[in-house]
Amino acid sequence: MYAVNAVDVVQLEKRFTRRKDGKKQSKPALDGITLTVGRGECVALLGQNGSGKSTLVRVLSTLLLPDGGSAAVFGHDVVRDPQPVRRLVNRVSVEASFFKRMSAMENLSYAARFYGLTPADTRKQIPEILEHVGFPLKRASGPMEELSRGMQQKVALARALLTSPVLLLLDEPTTGLDPRSKREVQAFIATMRETHDTTVLLCTHDMEEAAALADRVGILHAGRLLALEPIPELLALYGGADLNEVFFTATGNALAEDSEDDLEEVEA
Amino acid sequence: MGSVRLQFIGLWGVVERNTYLIKRYGWWELAFFVWTIANTLTIVFIAKGVQATGGHIDVQRETTSLLIGAVLWSYLGIIFEFMTETVAWERWEGTIEYTFMAPLSRYVHLGGVALFAVLYGVVRTTLLFIVIALFFGLHLHGADFETAIVLLAVGSISFAGLGIVTSVLPLISPEKGAQLGFIAQGLLLVVSGVYYPVSVLPHWMRWISVISPATYALRGIRNAILNGAGLGSQWGNIWPLLILGVISIPLGFAVFKAGERYAKRHGKLKRSG
Repeated sequence: MYAVNAVDVVQLEKRFTRRKDGKKQSKPALDGITLTVGRGECVALLGQNGSGKSTLVRVLSTLLLPDGGSAAVFGHDVVRDPQPVRRLVNRVSVEASFFKRMSAMENLSYAARFYGLTPADTRKQIPEILEHVGFPLKRASGPMEELSRGMQQKVALARALLTSPVLLLLDEPTTGLDPRSKREVQAFIATMRETHDTTVLLCTHDMEEAAALADRVGILHAGRLLALEPIPELLALYGGADLNEVFFTATGNALAEDSEDDLEEVEA
Repeated sequence: MGSVRLQFIGLWGVVERNTYLIKRYGWWELAFFVWTIANTLTIVFIAKGVQATGGHIDVQRETTSLLIGAVLWSYLGIIFEFMTETVAWERWEGTIEYTFMAPLSRYVHLGGVALFAVLYGVVRTTLLFIVIALFFGLHLHGADFETAIVLLAVGSISFAGLGIVTSVLPLISPEKGAQLGFIAQGLLLVVSGVYYPVSVLPHWMRWISVISPATYALRGIRNAILNGAGLGSQWGNIWPLLILGVISIPLGFAVFKAGERYAKRHGKLKRSG
């Protein structure tokens, strides 16, 4: 039985295999990760590409089966009991991921049905939420492909919020956004926490974003969680002046560098 | 009860999404329809061609027989296309992860796609049949259309089941899955007597035709339209369709579940393209 944290991950393992020089190689994407995220907390995980951030998010989203260990969302095991997990979780990833020819309104409408929202619900809620995320309603009926990336990402946030997730998984939600859109999205995430009591697991490259939003920050490197502490304790632990120095001291790499093997791109 | 209601709303969501897509790709829909008309015409003209080159056939009857084959093949193609693209299209657009992480039962998800495919297929193939029949001035006075529709409805159950089986292919093999779906569809085309009786096939191929629902649907629909055969005399075509339907739907779901598990184990449930 799990304690009812928002997220309970124990010794989580996931390996991926790829072919290199004609030979199959197996590498760990998650190498025995253990962490908890409390209800209402915001935890940021810092890591390079290929460090295992997206793999962890996909396990918690029930999209990937782990090879070992366990993961639970509000006490529901993601492998044995995925259906309740799906009701509680939503996600915003670096790719906005919509049917590009369909409008924001259409994309949000059908997606909301998958979570049980009726046409009467969405007719009222979609304009409200789009307005809330700063998306101009007059653009809501045009094809998504005609929107900027920042606008698309706001629709992605609206999609997540529409389903009232208790746990929001944010996988580099502001990567590639212009500074203004980035600030707006970050402000919106902070508002969501305050107004909806949403628990947030934020995976990011962005130290400032982590510092601005998170209660605790974790350092993920080569599938291993090296630390997970509030920022002042991390600074004290690694003796750095800021998170950049902490990350470099902990991993031997700068955060902006890619790790040697980007396992997200080479899954078997 | 609440959960059943949620699943029905989800089912509507799948139908709604595909309706939006048809609307947004309206010009492509029109282009494909015109292409299907042209393709069907070239097939149906074969009957006149045989007569013009000295063959002795009942042109009206053969024209109608070829038309039924072409129309049913078009219908099957629509169902297979929708089912296979359930995964392939979502993978391309990147929505696949959002659909598979939603609290939507996989039965409802695939059932919704099959329901939309059947509804859309019926509308499009009915239009196709009318256009071609008018073009050739076919007289179908003695045809039993009610029986033909019943056979199409019963056959659709197994078509949907086979469609679900093929829809798993892009899930387990992102690159080759859609191509394999086409190959499966092509095999059905050869063995099911779409344009010729299955009796002309080599003996070993006739055995394969026995397990194709299209064989019975085509035979029954031709019998109803060309000979006016009523439902009472069609039991020989209906019971195999029912059995294939009862087998193919659970088989389709089981195969898809296994494929989904494989995809989740190997990290294939994600966007490509």
